[in-house]
Amino acid sequence: MNDVVVNKVRKGFYLDSVALMRLSRKIAEKEGIREAALMMGTPQNREIMTNAGLLEEAGRAAEGGDLVIAIRAITRETAETALIESESYLDQPMAAGGEGVAWRPRTLRAAVKSMPEANLVLISVPGDFAIAEARKAIRRGLHTMIFSDNVPLEEEAALKREARELGCLVMGPDCGTAIINGTPLAFANSVPRGEIGIVGASGTGTQEVTCLIAQYGGGISQAIGVGGRDLKSEVGGISTLMALDALEADPKTKQVVLISKPPPTEVASRVLERIAACRKPVIICFIGSGELTMPTNAVQVYTLKDAARKSLGLSLDGIENPDSVRIGQARRACVHGLFSGGTLCAEAQVIFRAAGEIVRSNSPVPGASPVNHSGEGHLLLDLGDDQYTLGKPHPMIDPTVRDEMLINSVNDITVGIILVDLVIGYGAHEDPAGHFAKILKANANNDQPIILASVTGTDRDPQNRTDQIAKLKSAGVLVAPTNADAANWAITAIQSRRGEVH
Amino acid sequence: MSESKVKKLLDEPLRVVNIGLEGFATELEQQGVKVIQVDWSPPAGGDTKLANLLSKLGT
Amino acid sequence: MKIIEDANREALKRMLSGDPVLVDVIPASAAIPELKQRMILHAGPPIGWDRLCGPMRGAVTGIAVFEGWAPDLEAAENLAADGAFELHPNHHFDAVGPMTGLTTISQPVMVIENRTFGNRAYCAINEGLGKVLRFGGNDEEVLDRLRWLRDVLGPAMGKALRSGDGIPLKSLIARGLTMGDEMHQRNVACSGLTLRALAPALATTTTSDDGLPEILAFVGGNDQFFLNIAMAMGKAIMDPVRDIDGSTLVTAMSRNGTDFGIRVSGTGDTWFTAPVEMPEGLYFPGFTESDANPDMGDSTIVETIGLGGFAMGAAPAVAGFVGAGAASGAAVFTRTMGEITFGENPEWTIPALDYLGVPTGIDIRLVVETGLAPTINTGIAHKEPGVGQVGAGVVRAPMSCFEQALRGFAERIGVS
Repeated sequence: MNDVVVNKVRKGFYLDSVALMRLSRKIAEKEGIREAALMMGTPQNREIMTNAGLLEEAGRAAEGGDLVIAIRAITRETAETALIESESYLDQPMAAGGEGVAWRPRTLRAAVKSMPEANLVLISVPGDFAIAEARKAIRRGLHTMIFSDNVPLEEEAALKREARELGCLVMGPDCGTAIINGTPLAFANSVPRGEIGIVGASGTGTQEVTCLIAQYGGGISQAIGVGGRDLKSEVGGISTLMALDALEADPKTKQVVLISKPPPTEVASRVLERIAACRKPVIICFIGSGELTMPTNAVQVYTLKDAARKSLGLSLDGIENPDSVRIGQARRACVHGLFSGGTLCAEAQVIFRAAGEIVRSNSPVPGASPVNHSGEGHLLLDLGDDQYTLGKPHPMIDPTVRDEMLINSVNDITVGIILVDLVIGYGAHEDPAGHFAKILKANANNDQPIILASVTGTDRDPQNRTDQIAKLKSAGVLVAPTNADAANWAITAIQSRRGEVH
Repeated sequence: MSESKVKKLLDEPLRVVNIGLEGFATELEQQGVKVIQVDWSPPAGGDTKLANLLSKLGT
Repeated sequence: MKIIEDANREALKRMLSGDPVLVDVIPASAAIPELKQRMILHAGPPIGWDRLCGPMRGAVTGIAVFEGWAPDLEAAENLAADGAFELHPNHHFDAVGPMTGLTTISQPVMVIENRTFGNRAYCAINEGLGKVLRFGGNDEEVLDRLRWLRDVLGPAMGKALRSGDGIPLKSLIARGLTMGDEMHQRNVACSGLTLRALAPALATTTTSDDGLPEILAFVGGNDQFFLNIAMAMGKAIMDPVRDIDGSTLVTAMSRNGTDFGIRVSGTGDTWFTAPVEMPEGLYFPGFTESDANPDMGDSTIVETIGLGGFAMGAAPAVAGFVGAGAASGAAVFTRTMGEITFGENPEWTIPALDYLGVPTGIDIRLVVETGLAPTINTGIAHKEPGVGQVGAGVVRAPMSCFEQALRGFAERIGVS
């Protein structure tokens, strides 16, 4: 063996043995080094180094309080370089630890232990597990918001029954939006505080109403989400009723707004019965529902826009008309609506139906036809529906879901108007208008359809509504103040076009 | 009383445990809301039989 | 389930109310009357000679020569292979032992009395570092040291302890935690505190002719002297927690170099075993992972009571043994172990974690649910007999032990 052994002893130099073992390994891993040890010179350590063929005279003379640097390498030069390197490691001050290594709880139990004052658990794990986590939460007396969907209806009902017993609120499953005591949760917008409290079984419906209230100068006390299926017969509106109780007791709330798809008769009557007993005025928007008998303290409205206006005591008439919405000569008077918000799609359908237009949709409101229904009519699609989002993010998060259909519609000669919604706020894509404008510009067409849009959001949202509108306008998009107005503009245009043709 | 407990939630600043999408926690933090993110993984490593047993034994 | 919660609360109460005191050192034959000639107690769950790992075989042959059952190591090995020695786990006889952990008739054992419950637990005296029996070392130097422990240190320590009221350990551990010990890898502070408590009595009861200078030098020079005391203390604390119907808390974790085994309060004396894992760690010069024997020893009893890997936050330097090993990561180990324990120990706290109590009472439900296996700080033995320690590091308890235990527990209380 022609290895060279080099020792150096530092008198009275102490370093922790673990730190020394780590240094030893670092040196030993270097090219050309057979073995390396940095050890305090105790008899046991000297024996270990002797056995490893690392000690020469200098090291053998070391004592317990001395640090021995012992290196065996293939050449003297390598050994001495490594020795210098070892010494420089010993002499250089440790880099500041900085933030150090952060701990994160792995379970709800540990999270609550480290934050005992927690009052809400926000759950967005896959549906199979969401209910189990929510059950753990309510059993600890915590309210929950379940963003996850794909939860069996009977499990939702069982969870909510147990939560009611425990006095805990369950928002969801499939609850996208809430604003609790001024804090937007998941997909929600930054709106001023105010006196209007919302109970919403629809995420985008709640977003549109809260943003319009802000746009009209009002504010929100609370927006409690209950999940899209809370008013189904199996669940019976457990969370809706608890939310109504809470808003009635909430001194900040003066006016209540309830937004949902039309509930089955028996659930509707139970909810209306509760509302009749409420000491506060209530506005009810069962989007797509026909006229119902209302208690004296309640008013029924049929669109999200009207829910917002009525809640502030504003008149319901008056559509702001744009200067001109004229459909190009080469185009026919068919509307393609490509919506990211399910309830925004439903509101547009309601407005089209009320104007006597024929509508097809993948989630039709009463009076509209299913999308596979043959024949004429406008096509209003909810692109957030499972059939489009399977394995993909929701179009509010990833707007590319809409791109291909948008391009097809632009190039479809039968289409006179393309109607879209852009939803901004927390949780949403960072720049949906920028993306939309880019796709439009890249696929511009000499005689393209009118693009009509509305932007759900506020200027306090991270994306800034005014900026988003400006980006759309610069791409030639007509922007209406509300989703309902966009639908009305479209109807005005197609009906006047029919007049021209006649 | 369910009324008082839910009403209490509406009176207090939110303090959130977030289980799932981390973006929700980040956005809440940016708004100055106290939030703790759970580094979640399926219970019992996704073994449904064991997970089912655990849910009966309770934790 | 309420019965489980109640049972675990009772188990934790018993753990926390234990009052362990080091009271004596006596021959193993006096401590454990069942011990007879040719009977060897070993670390870990039950195992036979055929499946013993290298260092365990080395220790068995060494102890057979020490006890005079064989003239030399070769003869001892032949006898062992013929089944001449009876092998039993320490745990079945109120005892524990580190690494190979052998306990035989003439070795001196330290006696820990749990004064709350009146039970006693035993462990042999730590031999120091280097080539030692607990790492499978068995040459004359090793056996000579065992003879010295038997003839000099053991009797002297016993005499000194008997002259007073013993050394209470609960408060000593509390101080050690504030001084950077976690009582598995690192026992520097507690070893010093013990010597400090023992020295006045030793000076009175032992003379230079009885080896006092050697005794003081040996104990004072052995940073791991306290480990064996901590282990017997762990055993003394945990034994009263055994056999509580409905409790899912672990009462023992232990390994024999081949199998890792756990016992759970609510499942009585059953061992749930799985193959041991390889530690991840740092090696002494001249050795690498390829020299290492898998995990071994009863010392995991200290993790069972919330020390060792569970108290890593108190001993940041020890975190350096693992992976990237930032010292600031030590706290993460302790907090992570907090996810699998039923409670904390309010008397054993970690200053750097704002006096968080060490996580206490490993709950098999939480281990299985989180997939977080207990973290164990450990020494690493050479896989060949007779070589000794080659490194130190950290190892995880095998998850399968806890899964089996959970199924066994559920069956026992009629849940499927």
